[in-house]
Amino acid sequence: MKRKKKKKNPRKPTRRMAAATSMVTSSSFTFPFQGLRLPILSYPCMKPERRIMRKDASNVITATYELKPPPYPLNALEPHMSRETLEYHWGKHHRTYVENLNKQIVGTDLEGPSLEDIIIVTYNRGDILPAFNSAAQAWNHDFFWESTRPGGGGKPSGDLLDLIKRDFGSFERFTEEFQSAAATQFGSGYAWLAYKANRLGVENAVNPWSSDNDKKLVIVKSPNAVNPLVWDYFPLLTIDVWEHAYYLDFQNRRAEYISMFMEKLVSWEAVNARLEKAKAEAAEREMEEERRKKEEEEWKPTDGDDDDEGLEMYVDSDDDSEAE
Amino acid sequence: MAVRSLATRKTLTLGLNSTRLTQSRALQTFSLPDLPYDYGALEPAISGEIMQLHHQKHHQTYITNYNKALEQLHEAIQKGDSSTVVKLQSAIKFNGGGHINHSIFWNNLSPIREGGGEPPKGSLGWAIDTNFGSLETLIQKISAEGAAVQGSGWVWLGLDKELKKLVVETTANQDPLVTKGAHVVPLLGIDVWEHAYYLQYKNARPDYLKNIWKVINWNYASGVYEKESA
Repeated sequence: MKRKKKKKNPRKPTRRMAAATSMVTSSSFTFPFQGLRLPILSYPCMKPERRIMRKDASNVITATYELKPPPYPLNALEPHMSRETLEYHWGKHHRTYVENLNKQIVGTDLEGPSLEDIIIVTYNRGDILPAFNSAAQAWNHDFFWESTRPGGGGKPSGDLLDLIKRDFGSFERFTEEFQSAAATQFGSGYAWLAYKANRLGVENAVNPWSSDNDKKLVIVKSPNAVNPLVWDYFPLLTIDVWEHAYYLDFQNRRAEYISMFMEKLVSWEAVNARLEKAKAEAAEREMEEERRKKEEEEWKPTDGDDDDEGLEMYVDSDDDSEAE
Repeated sequence: MAVRSLATRKTLTLGLNSTRLTQSRALQTFSLPDLPYDYGALEPAISGEIMQLHHQKHHQTYITNYNKALEQLHEAIQKGDSSTVVKLQSAIKFNGGGHINHSIFWNNLSPIREGGGEPPKGSLGWAIDTNFGSLETLIQKISAEGAAVQGSGWVWLGLDKELKKLVVETTANQDPLVTKGAHVVPLLGIDVWEHAYYLQYKNARPDYLKNIWKVINWNYASGVYEKESA
């Protein structure tokens, strides 16, 4: 039986209207990946707690996304990233993705699930469905703005820095690798720092419990609208390397844009907060898996025996014919 | 075909140098072809600023990286290093494709006073009407498909030599048209990477696609068509 979980998705800052009622999404992040069950089986069963409730004259509920502004004024990243860039990048490109997303999901099954779930479902394991580009790009751009801040850059600290040192050798090596990924993503796309906490689901193997070393930071790059959610990673940081992200300010000089981003814009605070949430969700997921495994163990019939055998244990019987 | 002639033209000038440098077969290196018009000659359809950056920076970079990848490939082949040979394929496709595609593109454009925008006549004009109904229909189709390309890529009018018909195709990134079929020859390609229009049109790719027809060089496309369908 599929375990359904209702919880607030803590990793995704809301894009909902201020007056939104329920902010609870009806699925956890984990559900599409339990075993290899198709994600599509999960969400129709869920109680449709809408994120935004809007009733029109005929009392029809629709869910729509709204364009959320960056967490700073459009000129706040100057002189590194111009106001003009923000005006177009956020005001036109990002806005268009959100508008298209709404157009594409209205009246379809995709109106119910959270944005992350829409992304995973429409990614369709690589055989991309039409709404994917809009959904993923709407998410990617929110994530990108929130990965930056005025006066950003510098170095991370604490757990995050420790993990970076552990998984990349040093902060400098991490920076090099991240910048290289961003520079070599051919065509449009993104480079990411992500937290990878998943394990190969091999149902008949004995999987030792993962130690903390099985969970690690990784750098990945992705083309066009693809993001690490589709690989079941927890994204922590991204840089948009579509040409529209840097062309007005840097023209063809992508490498310069990338250095600027690292030195002046990265919000390590945001990355840190995401890492904490990722660790918490990974731990929760593990506990759930442990619980589920235990349940399955308890109900599994032992080999060669009748199902009835189990029941018989609880039945008092003086019948000697069973006593063999 | 445009690319083959481009390569041979270069070897005429570079071949002598190359044979001195390498012991085995001469390794051709490529260099940036000149534009057959000034940077500003396509205005107002495409700005001089864009043409200059597009040619001197983007195309040049593809050529530089293509040459580098070919040199590494050459070495790897000589050493029998199959791993590296295969690993280099994507860099060759990206950068080689970039060189091929842009070389065609510069010939696909022409200032208005030199015939840019004039509809195709002759056999290509006839073939367009046969395959698509009218030039307007073809233009709409190419523009629509170009606008719909997600991310970076190209939209093409090609001749499928096997099926003997005109086709409209799109390719991703710098994939040349031949990746859509060994028998498909490019007649006309339009770059829909953002760098091709962003400084002037920003996010309004459909506007770029509407205006570029004013400077499309149908003479060139006709020439290729006649040669390839002979």
